[in-house]
Amino acid sequence: MRPRTFERGIYLLGRKEATQNKPIEDIPLPPEVVIPLHQHVGAPCDPLVQKGNRVLVGQKIGDTDTFISAPIHASVSGEVKAIEPHPYFMGTEVLSVVVVPDGEQEEVRLEVPDQDKLTPDRVRSIVREAGIVGLSGTVFPTHVKLLPPKERPIDSVIINGCECEPYLTGDYRSMLESTESLIVGLKIILMTVGAKKGYFGIGVDKAEAIKRIEDLTAREQNIEVVPLDTKYPQGSERHLIKAILGREVPRDGVPMDIGVLVQNVATTIAITQAVREGKPLMERVLTVTGPGIKNPKNLRVKIGTVARYLIERCGGFEGEPGKIIFGGVMRGEAQFSLDVPVVKGSQGIVVLPKEMAEISSPRPCIRCGRCVKVCPMSLIPAFIVTYVMEDKIDEANAAGVLECIECGACGLICPAEIPFIQYIRFAKNILLKERKT
Amino acid sequence: MAPEELELVVSVPPHIREREEVFQIMFWVILGLLPATLGGIYFFHFYAIKVIVLSILAAVATEALFQKARRLPVTINDGSAIVTGLLLALCLPPKVPWWIPVVGGFIAIFLGKQIFGGLGYNIFNPALVARAVLLLSWAEHMTKDWYTALKVDAIARASPLFLAKQVKMGLFQLDLTRFYKICLFGNPSGCIGEVSVLLLLIGGGILLWREIIDWRIPAGFIGSVAVLCPLLGMDPIFHVLAGGLILGAFFMATDYVTSPITPNGRLLFGIGCGVITILLRSYSILLEGVTYAILFMNACTPLIDKYIQPRRFGVSKGK
Repeated sequence: MRPRTFERGIYLLGRKEATQNKPIEDIPLPPEVVIPLHQHVGAPCDPLVQKGNRVLVGQKIGDTDTFISAPIHASVSGEVKAIEPHPYFMGTEVLSVVVVPDGEQEEVRLEVPDQDKLTPDRVRSIVREAGIVGLSGTVFPTHVKLLPPKERPIDSVIINGCECEPYLTGDYRSMLESTESLIVGLKIILMTVGAKKGYFGIGVDKAEAIKRIEDLTAREQNIEVVPLDTKYPQGSERHLIKAILGREVPRDGVPMDIGVLVQNVATTIAITQAVREGKPLMERVLTVTGPGIKNPKNLRVKIGTVARYLIERCGGFEGEPGKIIFGGVMRGEAQFSLDVPVVKGSQGIVVLPKEMAEISSPRPCIRCGRCVKVCPMSLIPAFIVTYVMEDKIDEANAAGVLECIECGACGLICPAEIPFIQYIRFAKNILLKERKT
Repeated sequence: MAPEELELVVSVPPHIREREEVFQIMFWVILGLLPATLGGIYFFHFYAIKVIVLSILAAVATEALFQKARRLPVTINDGSAIVTGLLLALCLPPKVPWWIPVVGGFIAIFLGKQIFGGLGYNIFNPALVARAVLLLSWAEHMTKDWYTALKVDAIARASPLFLAKQVKMGLFQLDLTRFYKICLFGNPSGCIGEVSVLLLLIGGGILLWREIIDWRIPAGFIGSVAVLCPLLGMDPIFHVLAGGLILGAFFMATDYVTSPITPNGRLLFGIGCGVITILLRSYSILLEGVTYAILFMNACTPLIDKYIQPRRFGVSKGK
């Protein structure tokens, strides 16, 4: 059977060879961790500790009363050295708790009930207390997603195993190494939202993962593994739903509107660990990779570990580094400092050597139509950018600039090197500010 | 090296590129035109070489001079002026006076392109603008000069389209099917680039395979001609093969800058070109409609772009 997919999009080189067959490694404790108190969509957390306090692994160090938010936990045991603003991967500064590990790794865990006494409400409260957010870069608090309003019931849950960003292999390794936790996680989610059917959407480039999960779910009537074409951006929530269920999320809507809940692989495993073992979210799997890294690896990393330390654990730079990216090369953010800490949403650190870190020199659009051909939202990126350049923000709005998912496919192939995302973000900022006022 | 000394590039995503440069695209277009160019040289020898070289030189020189004069960066190395010059040469008769390709190359780049702001901004296909101006200004040279290049018999001396017109007017009887083979393999009575439809198709095939051009434009163009001809009592195969239709459908109408940007828009554009070509060939005093059909559709491109847009993701039909 032909793998399912969506319309348009682009076939990218996977560039995953360097790490796809390397098991996830644990690394020694870093000399200090820097834990930002705002790592999610929603309200920032207030610190619950003070300078000089001793904290334990899994201790809650930041929280807030706001519903759309998620608490923050210490990832090491040790002394709080400072609570101060610190560089954050988005280019801003965020109030962060700096902890110097004492090496004891003394741990506290959440209280969890026997598995047969689990109720949807109990799962939601554990997930919230564990500080779980979408680990694919969307960082939306998971307990909010697990509470669909009554008038919009969820019938299908999809686990996103596409990992369509080049270079990144963390989700793939997790699917192979934590297969059981992943399947349990899907069952917990199905129970919590009362959905009938669960799907694994996995790219056919991850054949081993497809096979493993198929083998372990062969007897499950309500779980289906759906092989998907290795096309970018198949991992986009909307396009994943379209490929698997054939439904389209309305342009100003969310998956919940059409009865679907999508969770990423790492998030699902984190849910299992929280619900089964009472383990809060304080570490994550990420890939440190790229042609600018000597020895690329998949690592299990304490939240708050700075990039500099991780790059050292991977043998340092290969050649002269030109660009250091948090996330993937298609959607990630370029950094100007090595002191940026890994946060819940960090899927990878990709280092590109100097020769790959080109500064674009845009030329006039020749209307080749390649951006139209690849845009998964069926927009006309060339027109949107022209409107923004001419300061016609309303026309850019009418052309659908707010629908752009910033997948970057247009910028990747543009012969005129137009920095689409730059113009699109500029217009979005103006429009969203207008909407607020 | 201390990390503090790192010179890191910070820019928006995506951070990798898998693009074709403009000059690479132009390279493929030139390669696509090569079979027909060589065919023209094979048939018309020195005459063809002279026209091609003069036309390209005039186009490139005009581009460079114009950009120098306006103190703009000179962009002749993107290859687009070479393509324009070559396209113009291919739609000129081989034995025109030397100044025809020179004036043509100048008009193509000056009036057709640079006056609008250069590559990306022109409304009309530059090579066709030049051809249209030459046709109107020096009709004598543009329609008669080709056949004295070769010693050929009387029938082959008149262009197939000219004969077809006379047949249609009832001046005499002639079986047009005898032209099928001539047009496909070697028709000496036309412009340099029109000697063999087969060679043009080989080049067009290369561009389709490399996805340099969108199949919808030639498909719409040729398809609509094939459908419309029988309705008007014309021979569809003859009209697809004769004149500059294949050259126009694959290499002129597909010009990115002057054709629509969306897939459906391109199909409509192609169909429009075909319909107008046949209407002109059938009802106007012109023998050949391709040039004006494409120029007309060029003018419609902004309109098509405005109204023919893909259905956006998550937007239901009718909204």
